[in-house]
Amino acid sequence: MAEITPGKAYGFFTDTSVCIGCKACEVACKEWNQLPGNQPVFGDGYDNTGSLDSQNWRHVQLIDNVPDETLGAGQGKAWLMMSDVCKHCKQASCMEVCPTGAIIRTEFDTVFIQPSVCNGCRDCISACPYNVIGFDEHTNVAQKCTLCYDRLQGGMEPACAKACPTDSIQFGPLDELRQQADKRLAALHSQGVAQAQLYGHDDSVYGGLNAFFLLMDKPEAYKLPNAENAVLPSRNNPGGYLTGVVTAVLGVLGGLIALRRRRPPAEATPPESEGGEG
Amino acid sequence: MMPLAAAEHFAGPPDWTWYILFYFFLAGLAGGSYVIATLLRHWGDRADEPAARLGYLVAFPLILVCPILLALDLGKPVPFWHMLVNTTTGAEGVNFKVRSPMSVGSWALLVFTLFAAVSFFEVLVRDRVISLPFADRAVRLLDGTVGMLWNVVGAALGLFIAGYTGVLLAVSNQPVWSDTWTLGGLFLASGLSGSAAFLGLLVRYRSDAQASAGVLTLSERLFALLELALIVVFAVTLVPARTFDDAFGFPWILLWLVVLAGLVPGLGGLVTRRLAVTPEGVTSQGTVAAQSALASVAVPTLILIGVLALRAAVIFSAQ
Repeated sequence: MAEITPGKAYGFFTDTSVCIGCKACEVACKEWNQLPGNQPVFGDGYDNTGSLDSQNWRHVQLIDNVPDETLGAGQGKAWLMMSDVCKHCKQASCMEVCPTGAIIRTEFDTVFIQPSVCNGCRDCISACPYNVIGFDEHTNVAQKCTLCYDRLQGGMEPACAKACPTDSIQFGPLDELRQQADKRLAALHSQGVAQAQLYGHDDSVYGGLNAFFLLMDKPEAYKLPNAENAVLPSRNNPGGYLTGVVTAVLGVLGGLIALRRRRPPAEATPPESEGGEG
Repeated sequence: MMPLAAAEHFAGPPDWTWYILFYFFLAGLAGGSYVIATLLRHWGDRADEPAARLGYLVAFPLILVCPILLALDLGKPVPFWHMLVNTTTGAEGVNFKVRSPMSVGSWALLVFTLFAAVSFFEVLVRDRVISLPFADRAVRLLDGTVGMLWNVVGAALGLFIAGYTGVLLAVSNQPVWSDTWTLGGLFLASGLSGSAAFLGLLVRYRSDAQASAGVLTLSERLFALLELALIVVFAVTLVPARTFDDAFGFPWILLWLVVLAGLVPGLGGLVTRRLAVTPEGVTSQGTVAAQSALASVAVPTLILIGVLALRAAVIFSAQ
């Protein structure tokens, strides 16, 4: 691993075609970041951590993509496995809405939630399109993958990439990772794996993801919004406020109409007053 | 190309529950009461001044509860002030992010509270509840144009406070909330409707304010019509996003029925009596006390429950 230099953009390239679902990344992440973890949940699959949240900064998705009926040799589908993580988006929805400035972009171009600044409003949770951020009941702030900010500052690669036995998780400078991803995609396509595709390696999704993926199915299969649906929360600011302004005008108009219409003209000058004056 | 719909909503719920529900409710009433009070004071008759004062008297206590609810909802209530001041090392300073409705709303809440507080104490001084020489002099500053300007700016902030909460929900990636641009207007219309009903309820207990009962009744009818129109538009905007069932399916349909029940008095009045003076004379002076308890207490209460139910349906159905 080459020297890690502040000012340079770093990230993950997660190649799901070689993920074996061993969860070494999950364990290494929890070990290094001292995450207590949630109570395991055992359903009808192999996934006992469920999803990314404040305790799971890496989560291995195990997606049953195997059809019930038997297919011919070479035509079968395999389980989809993907070690999911915060995407460290260039255009980060969480950063856009955070009212405290707790979410920053670090000197390594990663997205980091400062626990000392966050006050636990949870606006970032409603904004993150990847359901990455969770509310930490222990620290009472929002938390997610830091891309091992402390390890990067110490010149070490993130714990999950270090622990991954198949090199499904690769860490490095973003430009180098993109070149590796292009080569890997070309190799898979040349082998006839037509469904392989890159996700987030270019600026089509949130301006580019520092943690991008090679997927073996369409993004939605991995609970990732496709490029058309990768939209920022602020898209609703203009429409939302405009509707508010129109309603405000109509509301004030309604109040003024009520003030003018409450009494019939005859009541404006009561008969008894007229009589008294006369 | 897949439409924006197909509702690829993978965002997780922020778990905004009861504190936020009641914050949205009280902010709507506080903002709406201030707006109605300003309309009564500056565009109504002299006889409307007691009801206007009632509006200013309730707006401040209501808005004062709001930051408490917001702070209690935070994971860490003590550094609630981080909403206003950035404590990031190297980036210390004022926090104001135009793109974040929560950031803009925090400042609006602070400034509106200041306007509501001044108007509140002004009424206390004018009503001789507070009698201090310097207070009298201070209140005289609010006579004439300055006072009108103060109230109008305060009312503009009140309109913002009553409605921005809906925009805050929409500026997210949550299902339902982010699929529509109507929530800001819907919450505002509902807040105005609830405020008119609330003040209508209160004038029963302040005899000199009963002259404004009619205008409150009529305005509530118009606000209810506006609210109904926005509910329809809200529902329509959810259809292409395929989240209509999320918002209106069981059990939320029960809350929407309560919302509609809260609209019945206003819409019913509009259908049967339009904007005319009612046969019972509720719009003429001195008749509020003669109304039945059903008309003057139960009806406004039903409307307020509807206002609360609307927010509950929107907040909870998306999470």
